[in-house]
Amino acid sequence: METTFTPFQSLLGGCLIGLAAVMLMALHGRVAGATGILSGLLWPADGTGRAWRGAVVTGMILAPALYAVLTGAMPVVTVTAPSMAVLAFGGVLVGIGVALANGCTSGHGVCGMARLSVRSIVATLTFMVATGVTVYVLRHVLTGGAA
Amino acid sequence: MKMLSCLLIGLIFGLGIVTGGMANPAKVVNFFDIAGTWDPSLAFVMGGALAVTALGYRFVLRREGPVFGGGFALPTRKDIDVRLLGGSVVFGIGWGIAGFCPGGALPTLGTGRLEVFVFVAAMIAGILLVRVAGRGR
Repeated sequence: METTFTPFQSLLGGCLIGLAAVMLMALHGRVAGATGILSGLLWPADGTGRAWRGAVVTGMILAPALYAVLTGAMPVVTVTAPSMAVLAFGGVLVGIGVALANGCTSGHGVCGMARLSVRSIVATLTFMVATGVTVYVLRHVLTGGAA
Repeated sequence: MKMLSCLLIGLIFGLGIVTGGMANPAKVVNFFDIAGTWDPSLAFVMGGALAVTALGYRFVLRREGPVFGGGFALPTRKDIDVRLLGGSVVFGIGWGIAGFCPGGALPTLGTGRLEVFVFVAAMIAGILLVRVAGRGR
């Protein structure tokens, strides 16, 4: 399915993500990685880790409402997975993958790459290629280009 | 004040996610579908986020420490192991199938869509699986 190319809006969104990452480091000395924040919220390694992560995740979840107030519409969410089972399967793989790799698009792809961390650069290139190959196989090999 | 700032940071992050298009699997998957209905928007999300973070970190990490104290908690590992590579491959496959990454999915919970709750629950199960397996070693 076609989606509209939104360079300016996406650039603005990216800059906001960057701003949040810089603020979290400047104020609290923490990496803005969704994997680490979620894992630390659910299974805090130290006693104090839960509150600030809870506040960050709460803010995240409030964001679509703020977006709706600012723009007058909820953000568009078009799910591509053909069924809930497939979506859940993808979710389990994402969970296993980010737990093993200790990071995802935000932790490795933004914060780690911004620091030129070799691990993050390797991880990001690896998952970007894996995602690209997966999408190609799903859309052009398995379905013969029909999807 | 500390908690309020964290809430604000989460809000800005989430607003960036939904504004940029990361909350929309159709847009995410299309970014990777160069051979099909390609939508390069996400390159602008990544580019913007990386540029601002790289520039901001340069100034921030030059300081003594974070405003609220405690020092900068920066990952120090430099080794490339099978866990990092294998995990990234598995994550990429899952991202391609579902169209959500963790940072894309968490703010999208706020839209109230059932699919996002299913995805996040499954993702948490996946993380838990790795934690439980790791404990047994």
